[in-house]
Amino acid sequence: MNADIRPIRTAAESSLGDIFAAAREELPGGEAALRVRDEAFAVVGRKGLPNRRVEDWKYTDLRALMREARPLADTPGADEVEAARALLPFGEVAARRVVFVNGRLSPDLSDMDTLEEGLSIAPLAVALAGDAVSALALKGVPNDNAVVALNTAFAADGLVIAVSDGAKIDRPIHVANIQTGAAHASYGRVLVSVGKGGSITLIESHVGDSGAHQTNTLIGLDIADGASAKVLKLQDEGLGTLHLATLAARLGAKAFFESVSLATGSSAARQQIYLDFAGDKAKAEVFGAGLAAGGKRHLDTTLVIDHRTLGCSSRELFKTALDGEARSVFQGRITVRPGAQKTDGKMMANALLLSETAEADAKPELEIFADDVVCGHGATVGAIDDELLFYLMARGIPKAEAEGLLVQAFVGEALESVDDDALRDALSARAERWLSERV
Amino acid sequence: MLSIKNLHASIEDKPILRGLDLEVKAGEVHAIMGPNGSGKSTLSYVLAGKPDYEVTDGSATLEGEDLLALEADERAIRGLFLAFQYPLEIPGVATMTFLKTALNAQRRARGEDELPTPAFMKLVREKADGLGISTDMLKRGLNVGFSGGEKKRNEVLQMALLEPKLCVLDETDSGLDIDALKIVSEGVNALRAKNRGFVVITHYQRLLDHIRPDIVHVMAKGRIVRTGGPELAHELEAQGYAAYAADAA
Ligand SMILES: Nc1ncnc2c1ncn2[C@@H]1O[C@H](COP(=O)(O)OP(=O)(O)OP(=O)(O)O)[C@@H](O)[C@H]1O
Ligand SMILES: [Mg+2]
Repeated sequence: MNADIRPIRTAAESSLGDIFAAAREELPGGEAALRVRDEAFAVVGRKGLPNRRVEDWKYTDLRALMREARPLADTPGADEVEAARALLPFGEVAARRVVFVNGRLSPDLSDMDTLEEGLSIAPLAVALAGDAVSALALKGVPNDNAVVALNTAFAADGLVIAVSDGAKIDRPIHVANIQTGAAHASYGRVLVSVGKGGSITLIESHVGDSGAHQTNTLIGLDIADGASAKVLKLQDEGLGTLHLATLAARLGAKAFFESVSLATGSSAARQQIYLDFAGDKAKAEVFGAGLAAGGKRHLDTTLVIDHRTLGCSSRELFKTALDGEARSVFQGRITVRPGAQKTDGKMMANALLLSETAEADAKPELEIFADDVVCGHGATVGAIDDELLFYLMARGIPKAEAEGLLVQAFVGEALESVDDDALRDALSARAERWLSERV
Repeated sequence: MLSIKNLHASIEDKPILRGLDLEVKAGEVHAIMGPNGSGKSTLSYVLAGKPDYEVTDGSATLEGEDLLALEADERAIRGLFLAFQYPLEIPGVATMTFLKTALNAQRRARGEDELPTPAFMKLVREKADGLGISTDMLKRGLNVGFSGGEKKRNEVLQMALLEPKLCVLDETDSGLDIDALKIVSEGVNALRAKNRGFVVITHYQRLLDHIRPDIVHVMAKGRIVRTGGPELAHELEAQGYAAYAADAA
């Protein structure tokens, strides 16, 4: 029996095939791109959507989460753009804004003029017309991962951002993704290259109405020697939306990468993060906070950290608070290859269960093939500390509010490294609002 | 004001309080002394509403209202305050945020407006200054990185801000150096008032030199076994608890 052959297709799988067949000619990028897209789609075409019998998808059955495939979003009309404008987050944060409505770049809402010296921003379609293969078939990302493959097959819009050697771009770039209107699927891809010694901060936001949308975004970063990149993400999709996201970073020698994310939205989400240490003495820090309540909300974080060079360090901290029947999944794999001596890797996932019916699954893995390394991982699942709760209540703070303070303190640890005050305040305010709505 | 009658309480089915009686009138300061393990902290927790304890008999009322039927936060709002023997650390909840949340929760519950931030800050600074608590400490996580003595001072700061009717101080003097003992005692004395009662749990006469009690009780094996005036504390200091350990079994 060949495991690759699945003659029985789900409704979602057959309509994905139909949608791709109908759209493939219209997608940007010409012949070369089309070959890459066809190959990528074939991954899903052959194997179908991954289900719980596939190792990496054991806790997050994509086939079950995606019973139907939504049609590709149309170019948004004027009223959708207006609806999107009202949903734009981070108004108080000083950043250059680039806005995608239903996956399509919205020039009216975006500011792509008067770029700083050393910064270039181009729509994905322009890049695809040039070097389609490198923009679609990324290095350091498993192209046979279903979420990546679907993104490669369908990515219709996005950005290619380049920072030239030595350029420090102080003003963050806020890529806002807004879903509104009829239920749809949207795919976006943002590729960032930071030249030697350059730096950039990307803010990524995902918001939308309550429609049953499906989003799939990919951010790929190539951080050259001595360069620095930060990606700060708010995933606050509408509660009907399935959110699939991939973040892949390749780090050159002495490069620095930081990622901080807060997830408060979506019906189900999977965030995949791939770190590829390609140069010596690079450093990466990845922090994530997740809040999920009510219904059967599902939050998956999957990390794949590949240390293949000398003396690099990676830190990962994920904090998730779950209420109702929500469920979190944390999968983290650190691989230290034979050449990666003096690696310092630490990974921690903490889950806080606020109800009897919430569930947290953690699967940390270390694969170490070098002998002179310091690596550790841990995962904890706990409930609110009754002693702390009593201390707060003994001062007259009602139980729900006291719990809120403790949850905020719990997830706050993952957000405190955001050094932009306005952004950190905005993220904390979002977490606070989540807590007050939960009560 | 506080009236405790025949109070019995257990933890994990182990009886700790065994028929305790105590009456505290408004304006009075009562000291409770007693050997380790006699149940002093247990009494303070049972009054404050800690969930682990099971009250198996007896009653406790504050101004006539049944305390035992209320949740911990409701008891605080009715005016009960417990200064913890071991104040807890809560990383991630700034001391200032905690104080503001507590004060505003109590104001809201009493139907008063929340205190705007500037007015609140001014109030906290005033009270904190008097207790030798710096602004920097208020920015830190609740009790995080506080020394033992600083934690105790922080308890008194909370008491001064919340202006309770009945204050229970559980070994607030332990861990304090001589100067801090003076500062804390002055903080407590400043709160002494006609309409406020105090229950001061301590092992040492030293504290009672600063906070002069009206009545002194000896607690042993979960009951008040002797009650007297301030001179009783001196007697205990001289003779220890040997006499009580034997007879209360
Ligand atoms: N969680 C618990 N489980 C079991 N026994 C407990 C628990 N907490 C307290 N006790 C017991 O209850 C008894 C009374 O303890 P308590 O802390 O009230 O004494 P105390 O008078 O405050 O002592 P100290 O002077 O040392 O502070 C002790 O024997 C103690 O071991
Ligand atoms: Mg005690």
